[in-house]
Amino acid sequence: MNAHAYALPILNLLAACLLLISFAMLSRRRTQRLITLFAWQGGILFLSTCLVAYSSGLKELYYSAALTLLLKVIGLPMILHRLILRLGAQWDSETMVNIPATMLTGLVLVIFAFGLAQPISRMATTITHNTLGIALAVILLSFLMMITRRKAVTQVIGFLAMENGLFFAATSATYGMPMVIELGIALDVLVGVFILGLFFFQIREQFESLDLRHLESLKED
Amino acid sequence: MSALTIIRQFGEVLLAIVIAPLFMGWIAQCRAWLQNRSAPPLRQPYRMLRKLFDKDAALATDASPLFRLTPYVLFGTMVLAAAIIPSLATDLPFARAADAIALIGLFATARVFLSLAAMDIGTAFGTMGARREMMVGFLAEPALLMVLFNAFLLFGSTALPSMVDNYRAHPSIIDPSVIFAAVAFTMVLLAENARIPIDNPATHLELTMIHEAMLLEYSARHLALVEWASSLKLFNYACIGFALFIPWGIATQGANGPAAMLISIAALLVKLIFAGAALALIESLSAKLRIFRAPEYLAMAFLLAVLGLLVHLLLGARTA
Repeated sequence: MNAHAYALPILNLLAACLLLISFAMLSRRRTQRLITLFAWQGGILFLSTCLVAYSSGLKELYYSAALTLLLKVIGLPMILHRLILRLGAQWDSETMVNIPATMLTGLVLVIFAFGLAQPISRMATTITHNTLGIALAVILLSFLMMITRRKAVTQVIGFLAMENGLFFAATSATYGMPMVIELGIALDVLVGVFILGLFFFQIREQFESLDLRHLESLKED
Repeated sequence: MSALTIIRQFGEVLLAIVIAPLFMGWIAQCRAWLQNRSAPPLRQPYRMLRKLFDKDAALATDASPLFRLTPYVLFGTMVLAAAIIPSLATDLPFARAADAIALIGLFATARVFLSLAAMDIGTAFGTMGARREMMVGFLAEPALLMVLFNAFLLFGSTALPSMVDNYRAHPSIIDPSVIFAAVAFTMVLLAENARIPIDNPATHLELTMIHEAMLLEYSARHLALVEWASSLKLFNYACIGFALFIPWGIATQGANGPAAMLISIAALLVKLIFAGAALALIESLSAKLRIFRAPEYLAMAFLLAVLGLLVHLLLGARTA
C-alpha cells in the first residue's frame, strides 16, 4: 500500500517532466537536439507506463511499456539519427522561428488543455486521471511544433511527439488501448517514419533543401 | 535574543564571506578539468584578492563619490543578503527580518549602484555593460519572482526560513511544479551571475562582456571588493536555491545545538561541492548566446516558472 501511495506523486512528477520536455522541444532550433529530446520523452513515457502497470496490476501494460522502450527510445531515434547523417542535415536549424512567441502560444495551449481535460478527468476512474490535462497539452504542443516548423525532419519529430502524447493520454484516461490497436499504431509509426524518410530524400533531390516552404509554391515555368 | 543566536548569526555571515571565493575557485577548477586544462589551485581567488588589496587604487580624474562608494555598497548588500538567506539555520534574527521579495530588492539595489558606477566615468564600455546588465536584470527579475511565487504557493509563506521549516515538517515527495521552478531558477542564476549562456566570466573580449565591462575602471581594493561581492552573489543565489529546493540539513527552529550546526555546515559544503560541479558542467556544455538571444533565454525561464504555477494550480496538487 505504501508503494502505491507513492505511485501517484511520482506519476504527476513524470507527467510534469513530459510537459517540460515538450516545451524544451518547442524552444530548440537544432534538429539533432530535438531527436535527443524525443528519446527522453519516450524514456519518461516508458517509466510512467511501467508505474501505471505496477500500480494498477495490469500485465499487458508492461508489454506496451516494453514496446515503447524498444520503438521510441531506441528504434526511432536511431533511425532518425541515421537519416539525418545520410541527408547531411545534422547542423540544420530553424532560424526563422520566433521562440518567445511560440512559447507564449504554448502556454495558452496548456491552459486551454487543462480546462478542456477537467470535466473529462473528473469522469475517469483511473488513478492517473489528473494527468489527462498534461497529455492533452503535450498533443497540442506537438501540433504547434508541426505548424511553426519549416524543416521536414522537425515536422516528423513533431508528429512522433504527438503520438507520444496520445499514448500518454490513453494510459492516463483508460489504462491504455487494447494490445492489438497498440501494436497496429506502433507498426504504423515505424512504417510512417520509413516512408517519410524516403520522402526526405525525394524532397531534397527536388529542391536541394529540406525546407518545406518550397512545397507551398506552385510550379512555375 | 540571546548572545548565542547573535554569535551564530555572525558565524553564518562570516562563513559566507570566507567560503564565497572558495566556491568560485571550485567552479573554476571543475571547469578547467572538464575542458582538459590544468586547473588553478583552489585558493587562487584568495590570492587574487590579497594581491588586489596590496595594490594602490587608481581613480579616474572625473570619478564622482558614487564611484568610490559603490564597491562598499555592493559588498554591504551582499553581506546583508547572506545574513538574510537561511544557509545554515532558520532561527536567526536576520533571517526573520526580511522575506524573499525584500531580498530581490536588495539584489536590485546592488545592480543599480553597479550600473550607475559603470556609467559614472563615461567610458563607452562601462555604459554599454551597464545597459546590457540592466536589460538582463529586468528580464531575470520577473522570472525569479515567478520562481519564488511557486515556492510561496507551495509552502504558504514569503519568508525563506518558514519555507524551509515547512518543507522540513512535511518531507514528502516533491511537487511536480518544483521541477519547473528549479529549471527556471537555474536559468536565472546563470543569467544573474554573469555565467556562460549570457555572459562569460573569464573573458575580456569587448563585444561579448557584460559584467566585466562594468568593472573595467575599478582597480586595487575597489576591484577586490567588487569581485568579492560578485562571488558572494553567486554564493547567495546558490543558497537561495538550496533553501527552496533541497533544504536538507539546514538547522530548523527547534534544533539549535552544536551538533545541528555541524550537520548543517557539512550539508552546506556537500551541496556547494555538487552545485559547483553541476554549474561547471552546464557552463562547459552550453555555448554563449548572442546578446540578442538573451531575452529569448530569460523569457523561457519566465514561462517555465509560470508553467510551474499552472501545473501546481491545475493538477490539483497537494497542499503543504
